[in-house]
Amino acid sequence: MTEMITFENVCKSFGKTVILNDFNFRVMRGEKVAIIGPSGSGKSTLLRIIMALQDIDHGKVSIDGKPLWEVNHGRHLVKPTRRHLRDMRSLVGMVFQNFNLFPNLTALGNVAAAPRHVLGLSKKESEARAAALLAQVGLSEKLSNYPSTLSGGQQQRVAIARAMALEPKVMLFDEATSALDPELVGEVLGVMRDLASARDLTVLVVTHQMGVARAIADRVCFMEGGCVVEEGGPEALLSQPKNERTRAFLRAVHLA
Amino acid sequence: MEIFSWDFALEVLPALLRGAVVTFSATIGGFLASLAVGAILCGLYRSSSRPIALIGKSLIEILRSTPLLIQVYFLFFVLPEVGLVLQPVTTGIIALGLYHGAYVAEAYRAGFDSVPRGQWDAVESLRFSRYAALRYLILPQAIIPLIPALGNTFITMLKDTPILAAITVPEMMFEANDAGSQSFRYVEPITMAAIGYLIMSAVAAGFIHLLRNHLGRFR
Ligand SMILES: Nc1ncnc2c1ncn2[C@@H]1O[C@H](COP(=O)(O)OP(=O)(O)OP(=O)(O)O)[C@@H](O)[C@H]1O
Ligand SMILES: [Mg+2]
Repeated sequence: MTEMITFENVCKSFGKTVILNDFNFRVMRGEKVAIIGPSGSGKSTLLRIIMALQDIDHGKVSIDGKPLWEVNHGRHLVKPTRRHLRDMRSLVGMVFQNFNLFPNLTALGNVAAAPRHVLGLSKKESEARAAALLAQVGLSEKLSNYPSTLSGGQQQRVAIARAMALEPKVMLFDEATSALDPELVGEVLGVMRDLASARDLTVLVVTHQMGVARAIADRVCFMEGGCVVEEGGPEALLSQPKNERTRAFLRAVHLA
Repeated sequence: MEIFSWDFALEVLPALLRGAVVTFSATIGGFLASLAVGAILCGLYRSSSRPIALIGKSLIEILRSTPLLIQVYFLFFVLPEVGLVLQPVTTGIIALGLYHGAYVAEAYRAGFDSVPRGQWDAVESLRFSRYAALRYLILPQAIIPLIPALGNTFITMLKDTPILAAITVPEMMFEANDAGSQSFRYVEPITMAAIGYLIMSAVAAGFIHLLRNHLGRFR
């Protein structure tokens, strides 16, 4: 088995706020990992670093064995040129809490845009690919709908299809079901589960909904204070946490 | 003598129509120039280089805080000194473009700021080039809140064109004045010029409305 995501001694701060503190983290190819932790513990930052939307202050991050960030106390050993970041992004797709669909394009247009304008496929090819992906997420009926006419669950499914259109090896979900009404969580979770059943796809989900972690993950990591405090299989970690901080967090979640 | 003579109105109509054509051309020309000037100023202003951003900011400030009439005179008398002899109407178009370009730059900036941060995250994560992102995703969104502001610029510019009479551009107000001073009758030419501006403004406003509905149809 090969390592798909590797964090080695990564440090990241925003001003005086330390987000990652000598952070070490590994995800194998095909693994499905859920990350839980209190608000502000740096879960989104972690995903944004992998998506190359955020740099680091120190340490090394590799995707599929290739260095994405390599920084020695603020000095970039791998130059973060636009070219390098764009190349590395071809390995990763990301789904955001607020969908971030392009409001000026239809569902089909949203999914076809990157194949068309980034990969350079013809209009016909890119739309065929988009239609197939939208069928996979159960939206064949909504191809010509603009995002403003779709429900939250439908919008998020379009966003998942859009991220998949570039055929990433890693999919990141940042609170993908958190902005949805409870009755819409199921349809998006179903799509995420289908995706996660692909053996080769590496999946990282950040969530505060323990049901989502249970449904998707074969490993759950609890993050706090800039480190992974505890990790394990979903049942073990969520039902019988060993660490006192994990227990306190889960108690708080269950009370909420 | 009647207050409004239809005969005299008809007599000065051809001159006013000639003027209207000049007014219309100067407005269109000035508007297109202001779109380009605005883009350049906005580009300077948003530059990641501090000195360039400062130059952009200063230019916008200077253009916005001096009267249009002064800018028109300035170009009219200064450009020939540096060897650039232009038709008065061309000079007028440049002046309108510069003066209003400063406001257009502000409108562009507001348009860009109206596009949420998350759109850029999506664009970057999907590996769009800057050009493709702007062309297909960002500009079509940024332009919607821009249209009322640009429409306003167009109509204000239309009403600013009489200032070009100061540098002998034979626009509608110049012709109306000319007709009035030759016959000592001002009521007809001025009234008809007013109606002319009214018609042009109304047509422009209707067009802006249609454009907004068309470009914003995804809302
Ligand atoms: N670009 C930024 N500039 C400054 N501070 C930031 C920036 N991005 C995030 N932060 C701060 O870093 C901390 C961690 O943010 P992050 O969004 O990664 O946390 P999170 O674990 O995802 O929290 P949540 O569960 O609320 O989404 C927060 O305190 C946040 O305010
Ligand atoms: Mg977050």
